[in-house]
Amino acid sequence: MKAPAFAYAKPTSLAEVFDCLDGSEGVRLLAGGQSLIPSLNMRLSAPTVLVDLNHIAALRGVTEASGVIRIGAMTRHHELATSPLIASRVPLIAKAVPHIAHQAIRNRGTIGGSLALADPSTELPACCLALDAAIVAASRRGERRIAARDFFLGIYETALAPDEVLVAVEFPASPVNAVSGFDELARRHGDYAIVGLAAQGVRKGETWSSLKLAFFGAGDRPLLAEAAAQAVIAGKGIAEAQAALQDALSPSDDGECSAKTKMHLARVLLGRVIATMESGT
Amino acid sequence: MTPAAEIHTITLTVNGERITRSVAARMHLVDFLREQLDLTGSHLGCEHGVCGACTVQVDGVAVRGCLMLAVQADSATIVTVEGLTDSGVLADVQEAFLQRNALQCGFCTPGMLTTIAELLTVNPDPSRDAIRDAISGNYCRCTGYHAIVDAVQNAVAARRTKEAAE
Ligand code: FES
Ligand code: FES
Repeated sequence: MKAPAFAYAKPTSLAEVFDCLDGSEGVRLLAGGQSLIPSLNMRLSAPTVLVDLNHIAALRGVTEASGVIRIGAMTRHHELATSPLIASRVPLIAKAVPHIAHQAIRNRGTIGGSLALADPSTELPACCLALDAAIVAASRRGERRIAARDFFLGIYETALAPDEVLVAVEFPASPVNAVSGFDELARRHGDYAIVGLAAQGVRKGETWSSLKLAFFGAGDRPLLAEAAAQAVIAGKGIAEAQAALQDALSPSDDGECSAKTKMHLARVLLGRVIATMESGT
Repeated sequence: MTPAAEIHTITLTVNGERITRSVAARMHLVDFLREQLDLTGSHLGCEHGVCGACTVQVDGVAVRGCLMLAVQADSATIVTVEGLTDSGVLADVQEAFLQRNALQCGFCTPGMLTTIAELLTVNPDPSRDAIRDAISGNYCRCTGYHAIVDAVQNAVAARRTKEAAE
């Protein structure tokens, strides 16, 4: 349970990070370390150099400009949970964060680390999908924005190029009449979700005008259930929306649950989350 | 920038004492505390973030000591269960642990206490549910948790009574 030997570098600017990433194999970026360090301790990964992003001030903090909330990649989960700006402008994130592991892990873990890892059973990638977030990647070549739906490619797989650093994520501020809903099912508090749902929509009176349903733990990446969302918007009733999940999700069997059980649980969650959103709580 | 190397010199404050040591990059914080500083109060159960026995305070917040490298603690302020004990901030909670049999083998206790210390700073009057939620990332294989929750509740109630009397 001890990590193999590696070298450690502590850059203080992005330019220095780019230098570290220059063409050398085996370089890994270290964000909050709450997934990477366990994998080192278990020797599931063996980088030659770890580049610590914890001392780059430009990667921290939450700001708002022209209707866009920008969260620096090294903003910790605990900061997300306690930011008044996030609570008022991107409440879905504030609802999701308490479900992530435990306080001691939220004190260290970062949003950028969680998105770059792209574990398909985690909360924040699904929130990004439901919120139409843009992931900001930087390299010597400049900065580019990648839509969340194009960013998550598979288990631990993203659209980031080897020389790129995930520097921030940008969310459109919630519009008027926006409603968000979040829930997940896990065996114990803080465990990885068996299946979870992040939902964001616009609802005026009894009428939905838009809705995004992003499931996690239900495939090799967070998945949008579009037909189910359409069924809810069209007011076809929850049973029809639940039935529409069959084609949208592709959970697999694991030690804990069969794929069939997960599909059942996804339907249950959809019912609960939509009921909560429609009741306005 | 600190350039890439396998050995680094770090300077940090541990339980109020300024310390400079040379560490291997691969060494996590609790191995450093236990092996190099002889602070054996922080325990290692799983070394992958699951059990919470390694919980220590870094710059005022509780973290998993097995999920942070010692080299990352350069310039940090660390408080371990030894430091919490010496300062007396948790003396009443520790006494309540004894009274309620909230420890048996004691392996989880330092992590529990460090976690509870953070809880009580953020929420000085936690409900039973809030206590359970706070310690949900700390495994205890002996007590069944109820005694731990009881102990925290008793200590908190005693603090309230004391405050009211003052
Ligand atoms: S030893 Fe760190 S969480 Fe178990
Ligand atoms: S007292 Fe033995 S593990 Fe908690």
